[in-house]
Amino acid sequence: MKRRNFVKHTMLGSMTAIIGTEIVFGSSMPQGYMPLALQDPDPFKMFNKNKEMVVLNDKPWNIEAQAHLLDDKITPNKYMFIRNNGLIPENIEADKWTLTIEGESVKQKKTFTLAEIKSKFPQYTYQLTLECGGNGRSEFNPPAKGNQWTVGAVSCATWTGIRLRDVLADVDIADDAIYIGYHAADVHLSRDPNKEPISRGAPMSKAMQEETLLAFKMNGKDIPLAHGFPLRLVAGGWPASVSGKWVNRISVRNKVHDGAKMTGTAYRVPCNPVAPGEKVKDEDMCIIESMPVKSLITYPKSGATIQQGKKLNIRGHAWAGELEVFKMEYSIDFGSTWATCPIEKPVSRLAWQHFSASIEFPKKGYYEVWARATDQHGVSQPMVLPGWNPKGYLNNACHRIAIKVS
Amino acid sequence: MDNSENVRKAIKQVSRLMTVIFVVFGVMAAILVYLMVDPTLSAFNPAAPTEEYVTVPLIDSDEDFDKIENGIHVRTGLVEAEGLMEVVNNCTNCHSAKLVTQNRMDKERWIATIRWMQETQNLWDLGNNEDIIINYLVINYPAKKKGRRGILTNIEWYELQE
Repeated sequence: MKRRNFVKHTMLGSMTAIIGTEIVFGSSMPQGYMPLALQDPDPFKMFNKNKEMVVLNDKPWNIEAQAHLLDDKITPNKYMFIRNNGLIPENIEADKWTLTIEGESVKQKKTFTLAEIKSKFPQYTYQLTLECGGNGRSEFNPPAKGNQWTVGAVSCATWTGIRLRDVLADVDIADDAIYIGYHAADVHLSRDPNKEPISRGAPMSKAMQEETLLAFKMNGKDIPLAHGFPLRLVAGGWPASVSGKWVNRISVRNKVHDGAKMTGTAYRVPCNPVAPGEKVKDEDMCIIESMPVKSLITYPKSGATIQQGKKLNIRGHAWAGELEVFKMEYSIDFGSTWATCPIEKPVSRLAWQHFSASIEFPKKGYYEVWARATDQHGVSQPMVLPGWNPKGYLNNACHRIAIKVS
Repeated sequence: MDNSENVRKAIKQVSRLMTVIFVVFGVMAAILVYLMVDPTLSAFNPAAPTEEYVTVPLIDSDEDFDKIENGIHVRTGLVEAEGLMEVVNNCTNCHSAKLVTQNRMDKERWIATIRWMQETQNLWDLGNNEDIIINYLVINYPAKKKGRRGILTNIEWYELQE
């Protein structure tokens, strides 16, 4: 037995003894990887998240905010949801990080160091809304498989980086390019090195948008590790899975990218509407692009009790994927009547917008305040669940909070 | 006399050797434990980025590893019922049990989920355990009718101060 193997086996043995069970796939465990049971038990400390954030899953890590935590106009890290498909990469060396542009439509493959990326191209900062395609999944009936997000898988931070289009312009790309796909450093849950946890992408039209960034800063600082340090894509307004984290390779494809979670039912909805629970063939599922219009009441927290005669001030955010929100309304009588309230213009395209209202209640009792946004095409949020789909994506039903007047 | 003196010497030598071996193994064990806690030797590398996640052993060895409390398997959060350990042993190697406990599906869809994991996520053939696992999931985590929009639940009432 080679000495290194001996050490590795001994370490595995000791870990096994501590954990108390056999470590399946122990032999393929990457060097330096700590099994989860040995990791810091406090995810809030580990990820610098507020204690009120809700852990849906700890392997892989999936953590969401609650509505009232998202009150800031620019989402700070402590309230930003985490959605991971695989294991967070460890031992990242930013000074050795490279990004390679390759693929069928690239005539000459090219590799950039992170330093080159930062120095060679102009930098831009945008506030961009990122919402998980499965945000709101928990409400679907019949239930949809996956992490049961409620309302908190959305954020709107500022991202600083370079435009993806500037990098692509620096590479010799053929005319037949139609899609880009990212590849990243995260590790598949089975620890199979030949499998990618997720490798999604976007059509060239989205890749070439001014706001589509290869970002290295979030809210003015290095991106936190859980959010993609040292380099990630940010494609605001689209399912956040397009915004790949820990990106080290981008394929420019002459066909729709077919990486992990691009095919089958992942991040797809039926091309034509289906009845709840209906079976849908893979070929009848279409890739989600822009996210739908949606809003969130972030103040006050649901459950507020106020005295009769006092006004209730509410506020929150609204967003509409690629589009802008043109109208904001609220109702205190379950949609029987709606009142319009002011909605601010976005600070820039793909940033969420802010609304506020001051509400009077006619008499004592239990109320729900419902919020409804309408996009620039006149499309509004539904009050009930929108079209059922097998994986439970795109739930943009109106958000509501409970209020008691006493 | 000579003989017993020799024996005593030999014993002394053996015990000295044993002590040396014991100490050497002790040091090796200490190094291995340290390597396990800090495989990158980051403690000796002050320039290491602070971003790295700290790894801390947290298992309380006095506790029963598969303790059940109020009908819940404490380590995983799974309901205690027939098939629990089959589920623990086959379904929590790659992903957390939280991915199981937050889902509700009927038999057909639990089976479809297992097939999807087998086809795309490296889940192995479950053999005789498959029926046990599916029964456990269908009985303990069945699909519940929720309607098109549920009432608001778990409201924590509080006095709003402004």
